[in-house]
Amino acid sequence: MRLKIERRKNDPTKLSIFLMSVLSVLISLAILGLIILSLGKNPINAYVQLTSWPFGTVAGLTQTLISMMPLLFTSLGVLIAFKMKLWNIGAEGQFYMGAFAATWGALFLFKGISSPWLMLPLLAAFAAGFGGAWGAAAGWMKAKLGVNEILSTLMLNYIAIYWVNYLVYGPWKGKGSYNFPITATFPKAAILPQYTSDGLNLGIFLAIATSFFVFYLLKRTKFGFHMDIVGDNPIAAKYSGINVKKMTIAVLAISGAISGLGGMMQMSGVLFRLQPNFSPGYGYTAIIVAWLARLNPFVAIAVAFLFGGLLVGTQQIQLFLQIPFSLVSVFEGLVLFSLISGEALLRYKISFKGVRT
Amino acid sequence: MSENVLELSNIVKRFPGILANDHVNLTLKKGEVHALLGENGAGKSTLMNIIYGIYKADEGEIYVNGQRANITSPHKAIEYGIGMIQQHFSLVPSFSVAENVALGLKEFHLFPRIDVIKKRLRELSKKFGLDVKPESRIWQLSAGEQQRVEILKLLYMNSQIMILDEPTAILTPQEAEGLFKTIKEMVKYGASVIFISHKLKEVLEISDRITVMRHGKVVDTLLREEADEKILARKMVGRDVVLRVEKSPPKTGDLKLSVKNLYSRSDKGPFAINGLSLEVRKGEILGIAGVAGNGQRELAESIYGLRDYTGEIEIDGTMLKPLDVHSRINHGVAYVPQDRKGVALCGNLPLYYNLFLKIFTSKQGDFNPYLFNPISLKKPAEALVKEYDVATSSLDLSVKYLSGGNMQKIVLARELTLNPELIIAVHPTRGLDVGAMESVYKILIKARENGAAVLLIAGDLEEIFTLSDRVAVLYEGRIVGYSEPDEEHLEEIGLMMAGIKKERVG
Ligand SMILES: Nc1ncnc2c1ncn2[C@@H]1O[C@H](COP(=O)(O)OP(=O)(O)OP(=O)(O)O)[C@@H](O)[C@H]1O
Ligand SMILES: [Mg+2]
Repeated sequence: MRLKIERRKNDPTKLSIFLMSVLSVLISLAILGLIILSLGKNPINAYVQLTSWPFGTVAGLTQTLISMMPLLFTSLGVLIAFKMKLWNIGAEGQFYMGAFAATWGALFLFKGISSPWLMLPLLAAFAAGFGGAWGAAAGWMKAKLGVNEILSTLMLNYIAIYWVNYLVYGPWKGKGSYNFPITATFPKAAILPQYTSDGLNLGIFLAIATSFFVFYLLKRTKFGFHMDIVGDNPIAAKYSGINVKKMTIAVLAISGAISGLGGMMQMSGVLFRLQPNFSPGYGYTAIIVAWLARLNPFVAIAVAFLFGGLLVGTQQIQLFLQIPFSLVSVFEGLVLFSLISGEALLRYKISFKGVRT
Repeated sequence: MSENVLELSNIVKRFPGILANDHVNLTLKKGEVHALLGENGAGKSTLMNIIYGIYKADEGEIYVNGQRANITSPHKAIEYGIGMIQQHFSLVPSFSVAENVALGLKEFHLFPRIDVIKKRLRELSKKFGLDVKPESRIWQLSAGEQQRVEILKLLYMNSQIMILDEPTAILTPQEAEGLFKTIKEMVKYGASVIFISHKLKEVLEISDRITVMRHGKVVDTLLREEADEKILARKMVGRDVVLRVEKSPPKTGDLKLSVKNLYSRSDKGPFAINGLSLEVRKGEILGIAGVAGNGQRELAESIYGLRDYTGEIEIDGTMLKPLDVHSRINHGVAYVPQDRKGVALCGNLPLYYNLFLKIFTSKQGDFNPYLFNPISLKKPAEALVKEYDVATSSLDLSVKYLSGGNMQKIVLARELTLNPELIIAVHPTRGLDVGAMESVYKILIKARENGAAVLLIAGDLEEIFTLSDRVAVLYEGRIVGYSEPDEEHLEEIGLMMAGIKKERVG
C-alpha cells in the first residue's frame, strides 16, 4: 500500500481554522448522538435536553455561568503555558492546590479575621501562591533537570488530588459532617458576594477580568513579547539575552497561579467546603477549551461558556434520560480527537493509493 | 526541442504584495550546467520551488523532455526525475544517512530495506566521490557532509534534473572544489544541473550558460564565453559594483576583547577550542582564517556566551562569566552567527518582531516594559528595512518566508543598529548578493572607523583580506599564527591553515 503525506503549500487561514473548530464540535456531537442511540435513548431528545435548559432558561443560564467560572480560570492558566509551548496539563492539580490553600486559610490560618475585605484577598493570594508553586515546581524541574513538563505536571496532579483526599478523609474532616469526608463550612468572611439565591457570585466576573489581564500580559508587556520569542525559538531567545530558564519557571508559575486562583473562587464562591473529587475535571476540560479558543483569552470566554453549558446540560440528560455523566468525558475526547485530526488535515495532504504487490 | 530536458514558459508567481516571478522563460539542455544569478529576493528560489513542486505557478507551463508536466508536489517532481537541494537542508538530525535517504523515497514504506539502501549508497559515494558513511547520524556531520548526503539522496532517486540552491554558500573553498568535481561527474552520466550562487567566480568556472534574474524577471541568458564578473554584476544589480572597499589605516585604541587559554567543547563532545588566546583592540578588524570545522563556531559562541567554556574572556577589562549573553549585550557585543535561521531569527514571528528581538535586553529602544505594544515597533522597523534594502512585501510577513539573503539582512540590521562596540561576525556575507555584500563591507568598515572592534570569522580568504587589519589563522582550536592581510602571504596562510606552524609575522 502506498501512503503519501505531504505538507500543504500554505499555512491555514484564520477562517479555515475557525470552520475546522466548529466542524470538530459538530462531528463530535453527531458521534455522541450515535452513542446515545446505541444506549437505546433518543438522541434528538438528548440534544434538546443538552441545550435547552443550560442556554434557554434563566436558572439554567445561571448554572452555566457558575460552572463556566472554574473552567475559564483553568483555561486561562493552561493557555498562558501553551503560548510558550509549555504543555502544562497540570491545571487540575494547580486548581486542587488553590482550593486546598483557600480551605487552609479560611478554616485554620486566618480564622480570626472577620472582615471579608481582608480575608478574601488574603485567600486569593494564598491560593494563587500554592497553585503557582505547583506550576513553578514543574517549571523548575524542566529548566534545571530537563524533566518533560507533561510528565511532571501530570504527576503533580496526582499528588495534589491525593493530598486533598487525605486531608478531608483524615485531619480536616468536619465536626458536623456525620463522618462524611467533608470539611467544615467556610466562615462568612471567606465567602464571595452572592448575587442570586442559586449561587451566581463574584467569581465569574473575576474570571472575565482575568481574561483581560491575560490579554494584557501576552500582548502589551515585555514579558509577553519575550514569551513569543521563547515560544518560537528558544535558541534565538538565548541569543537575544533572554533567560529562557527563568521564563519557563515564571510562565508555569503564573499559569499555576491562575488555576490556583480558580480553585479558591470555586471554594469561596460555590462550594464553601472542601470535599474529595470536588472538580469534575475542570483542569482537563480546560485544555480543550484553550485549544478550541486558539489560545486567545477573549475567545476562551465564549468557549468556556459553551463548555460550562455542556457540563450543566449533561447533568440534565443524566437526570432525565439516565445517561451516564461520563459521556462528558467521551464528548471531550471526541472534540480533542477531531481537533487534532482537523489540524493535521489543514497542514498535510494525505492520500492512499491502492494496494500494490 | 527534444534536447531541452526542462523548459519553463511564462512562469508567473505572485505572493501577497509581491510578484516573485514575472513571466519567466528558461531552458535546461541535456548535460548542461545552467547557473542562475540574481539579487537577494530576485525570485530564484521561488522559481526552483515551482519546478520542484513546492509552489504552484499562477501562470505558465513546465515541459520535461518536451512533454507538458503537471508538477503538483515534490513527489511528482521526483517521478519526473527532478531533484532539489534546498537553501536550508531538510534532513532529520537524529537519523542516519541511510534512514534519511529512505525517508525521501517516492513512497513511504513502513519497513524500508535499510541494508539495500546502504549498499547502493556505498556504490554511489564511490562512483561520484562523495565521502560519507551511510551509518553516520546527521547531527554528527558538518554542513559540507550534510550536503553530500542531500546529493546522494538525489542520485539514489535517479534524478536527471538536479537543482542546487546556493550549494556553495556553506562550503569551504576546498569542499566547493569537491562539489564541482561531483557535478562534472554527474553531468558526464547525463544529468543536467541548475546551480544558484552569488559567487561570480564559481559561476564562471562551473556553468555552461548563465541566466540573470532581477525583480522576478529574466534579464538575460548568456553563454559562459560571453560573460565576465563585471558584466554579470552589472546585469544583476544594474550598476557597477566595487568589492574593493576603501579603507583608511587603522586607528587602534584600547584593548576591547581579550581571550586567554580558552577551552570549549563541540556539540559532539571533544574539545573544539584547545587553549586559544587572542586579543582584539578598538578600531581594528581581526580576521580569523581557517578551514571550516577547526573551532570557528565554538570560538564565536563561547565569546558571545552561548557555549560553556573554561578560560578567561575579558571585555573592556571586565572578566565575563560563561553562558551569560546578557552581560555581553550590555558590553555592546553584537553577534552575526553562522546559522542565522536556527540561532538569530524566530521564523514564525513577523519580520518587524525579528528586527527587535533585543529591544529589552539592549539599549536599542526605550519602551515601557509594562505598557508595550509591539505595533509601535513597526515604524522603526520600516526605517531599518529601507536602510538595509530588505526586499519584502510587508512588515508582517513571517521571517521564514523571506529569501535567504534578506533573512541575513534582518540579522545584520538588528545587530548593527545597536551601535556595537564589538562585532563577532561569522560569515557575514554568506548568501548575500554582490550589491548587499558591498554594503556590508562598508558597514563593517564604518563601524571600525567609529572605534568598534571586529572579530571576523569567514571562510572566504578574499573577504578576510579585503576587510581585516590583521589575520589570525585558526587550526584545531588554536591560533597557530598571524599574518598581514595581503595576497603576498597567501601561501604562508595556506600552510598555517593546513597546520604547518610559522613564526609570527608583523
Ligand atoms: N511563501 C511566501 N510568502 C510571501 N512572500 C514570499 C514567500 N516566499 C518567497 N516570498 C518573497 O518572494 C521574493 C523572492 O524570494 P526568493 O526566495 O525566490 O528570492 P531569491 O532570489 O532566492 O533570493 P536569495 O538570493 O536571497 O535567496 C522575496 O521577496 C520573498 O520575500
Ligand atoms: Mg534563495
